Amino acid sequence: MTLMAEPAAGRFGDFGGRYVPESLVPACAELAGAFREAWADKTFRDELDHLLAVYAGRPTPLTPALRLGGELGIDLWLKREDLAHTGSHKINNVLGQALLARRLGRTRLIAETGAGQHGVATATAAALLGLSATIFMGSRDIERQRLNVFRMEMLGATVVPVTSGSRTLKDATNEAMRAWVADVPHSHFLLGSVGGPHPYPWMVREFQRVIGTEARSQVPSVPDVVVACVGGGSNAAGTFAGFVDTTARLIGVEAAGGAAMTAGAPGVVHGSRSMVLQDAEGQIAEASSIAAGLDYPGIGPEHAHLGALGRAEYRTVTDAEVVAAIHRLARAEGIICALESAHAVAWVLRAAGSADLPAGSRVLLTLSGRGDKDMVTLSEGADK
Amino acid sequence: MIPYGGKALVPYVTGGITADWTSYVLAYEAAGADAIEIGLPFSDPMLDGVTIQQASDRALARGATVDGILADLSEIKVGVPLIAMTYANLVFRAGPAVFCRRLAGAGITGLIVPDLPVDEAAAVSAAAADAGVALILLAAPVTPDDRLAEIGARSRGFVYAVSLMGTTGERDTLDASASRLATRVKAVTDLPVLIGFGVSTPAQAATAAESADGVVVASALMRRVLDGATPDDVRTDVAALRAALG
Ligand SMILES: Cc1ncc(COP(=O)(O)O)c(C=O)c1O
Repeated sequence: MTLMAEPAAGRFGDFGGRYVPESLVPACAELAGAFREAWADKTFRDELDHLLAVYAGRPTPLTPALRLGGELGIDLWLKREDLAHTGSHKINNVLGQALLARRLGRTRLIAETGAGQHGVATATAAALLGLSATIFMGSRDIERQRLNVFRMEMLGATVVPVTSGSRTLKDATNEAMRAWVADVPHSHFLLGSVGGPHPYPWMVREFQRVIGTEARSQVPSVPDVVVACVGGGSNAAGTFAGFVDTTARLIGVEAAGGAAMTAGAPGVVHGSRSMVLQDAEGQIAEASSIAAGLDYPGIGPEHAHLGALGRAEYRTVTDAEVVAAIHRLARAEGIICALESAHAVAWVLRAAGSADLPAGSRVLLTLSGRGDKDMVTLSEGADK
Repeated sequence: MIPYGGKALVPYVTGGITADWTSYVLAYEAAGADAIEIGLPFSDPMLDGVTIQQASDRALARGATVDGILADLSEIKVGVPLIAMTYANLVFRAGPAVFCRRLAGAGITGLIVPDLPVDEAAAVSAAAADAGVALILLAAPVTPDDRLAEIGARSRGFVYAVSLMGTTGERDTLDASASRLATRVKAVTDLPVLIGFGVSTPAQAATAAESADGVVVASALMRRVLDGATPDDVRTDVAALRAALG
């Protein structure tokens, strides 16, 4: 199979759609039209590719993890999104959407952020293109990702603390959407993952497709398993897009405390129908993960669809496994990855040699970001 | 659902916000409400400003549930229509048919779902109709004419004209977009058109009613309730709105 070109009515099977207030429907429709046009426009594509190359540092390398792979008895290749400018894959999507915002005459970018990586990428693109940026971030995430708050402010963005609900990514997303409704003519809502109303799940996957396309041309042979961490699911979606038409198994790894695919039920939150952590009445549950970027009760609708089809599989790992995985990768390969990315590593560590990942498997793992932002969290954990 | 001819007043209360919250419903009725909107609180009220967010949080923290709120309503006798207002996930989680039948069972005859635009409304619309519940659609200042016509044709009960581009919440002035939108909606439907979002004072209600068939007042009343206003206190507020509307 391949991933859907523009999904009709924004639907991926039973999932997706556009569940937003009427006030936002025209803006979503305008954005869908603009993206459709831009994506077919060679000038736009060339400009984005140029920025990705000379500014974001693409293509990112594929690193064979020889020592760790050897210890585990598998061939392990790491797609190094941690080496992209700003330190994660988020820049791929942000540059695309920021160019689109400029094309639409918008002067302000509004974004939600969890780990702060998407916020930093948005603040970066705003600085690059001369736009203003307002970033909503849960106050709990502000505490645990303080370095990224400092980076955003240094880049000229305004960071707005969100104190409602769980004070994490879910609540930051609510607040960003509220800010968008109040400023549609001037603002572009620069959503950071493959959730939200149509066209976001499709558009963000297309902007992240570059991960999978590059990796496909870099791997020595088609892998048996392609694995990535999943919060909203954008680095996984971009990676899967390059391999969905191969025999590779596609594995998304969720945080045990934010496992929408594993522990959720179909629901509507933040503009689309997907799998959602919620109670029997439909109140959205609060996720809980050491990784702020995965501390979210939902997941992009295309993942829910791929999961329902059985084309992709979803696994969970615990906070403790994640911390152990960061350290193991650091010692074995000299790479300190983000807490989010370490979820993918943790699953490989657990599964290698089992029926889920037999010895001798060829594994492509997307390392979505670098761990600098997590040093405070990790050092505090080490003190305890 | 909304009387034709006069100017309708539809005050709102968040279900379960206090232990005796149905006293507010009765106070609204006594003060001359034409219908009463009951908020079924949702954890993530994306289209609501601070006041309704706080009201929802308070109700949920008290343990409010849809079933509990509907049971409370079954215990009082209200002579005006009741309209539920909630977010799409609560409707879909139960299933539109089950959800709408539950509303009808508690005497609720209208439903407003702000994150369910007309394009996504088919299933809920059909389920509501089967249960005898009117699915009231919202129109916004940015809604283009062709969509407005579709909203007018598919809405039931009345059309809810969202006064401004923004969330719910008290405002010092009524946005000029309110009367422009109400006039545009009235041109495409025979249903009554009510203006809501930000209508805070009797004077604003009177202004809104010049171009519309009535108003929905939510945040201004809930701010009072959050600050400790008793049912008697808000009866006075609603009576003042009633007097201004005529
Ligand atoms: C490094 C990193 N990886 C992954 C994620 C999760 O996002 P997604 O699932 O959309 O890739 C984040 C989000 O903040 C992140 O910072």
